[in-house]
Amino acid sequence: MNITLNNRPETFNQAELTINELLKEKNFSFKMLVIKVNGVLVKKDKYDSYIVKDGDDVTVLHLVSGG
Amino acid sequence: MTFEEIKSELKNYTVGIAGAGGLGSNCAVALARTGIGRLIICDFDIVTETNLNRQYYFKNQVGIKKVTALKENIQKINPGTEVIINDIKLNESNLVSIFKNCDVIVEAFDLAEMKKMLIETCIEHMPNKPLVIGSGMAGFGNSNSIKTIKNGNIYICGDEMSEVSEDNPPLAPRVGMVANMQANTVLEILLKHE
Repeated sequence: MNITLNNRPETFNQAELTINELLKEKNFSFKMLVIKVNGVLVKKDKYDSYIVKDGDDVTVLHLVSGG
Repeated sequence: MTFEEIKSELKNYTVGIAGAGGLGSNCAVALARTGIGRLIICDFDIVTETNLNRQYYFKNQVGIKKVTALKENIQKINPGTEVIINDIKLNESNLVSIFKNCDVIVEAFDLAEMKKMLIETCIEHMPNKPLVIGSGMAGFGNSNSIKTIKNGNIYICGDEMSEVSEDNPPLAPRVGMVANMQANTVLEILLKHE
């Protein structure tokens, strides 16, 4: 599938991926994340069930402490 | 644009500042100096001695509420900026009503989970509100790793990596850089003419 991830085109061999599978594929290891798919918030308890499909626009923001 | 033109435009805008620590205090002061019309500043904390290494407070303000001290400091710099203060801990339920009339919201918390809470609440309840986040500014050096990344109406300022810890403290230069970068991003959003 082809998706947009953080403004950039990305291609995966899989036809679909859960959010957790996608994070693993991309080696995203930060703990504090905010994820949007097609502009809609996907909360942490949905990371194992929410399916990312071809054409989706995915935003992964990671936050670190300090200010 | 001349400075007079910039000021006359900025006076029509309101910016929400979520947190009055290193990011919030410095960002608010930069916006006030530039001529922003109104600031809505929220924090529940008091000024401590340890804040003075990076936050826009003075020794004689130790022990008073940050929002009170910051309002005082801003009024000494630019009394033309209206400062509305809320001595409150922001959460999912109070944030929307406090910031809903702001043109831009600046996220200026210290803890990552609070940053996440604010972003998630805004995506759910104010999805089109421009949001300027600070993430990754601990330590010193590495100036050029600090950047602004735009994702729709969400802007992230910082290096996205340097987390504050015992051995990687937040210090005036990098915190100030990110705070001013946030202020600069606010100007870019407000003064941009399509």
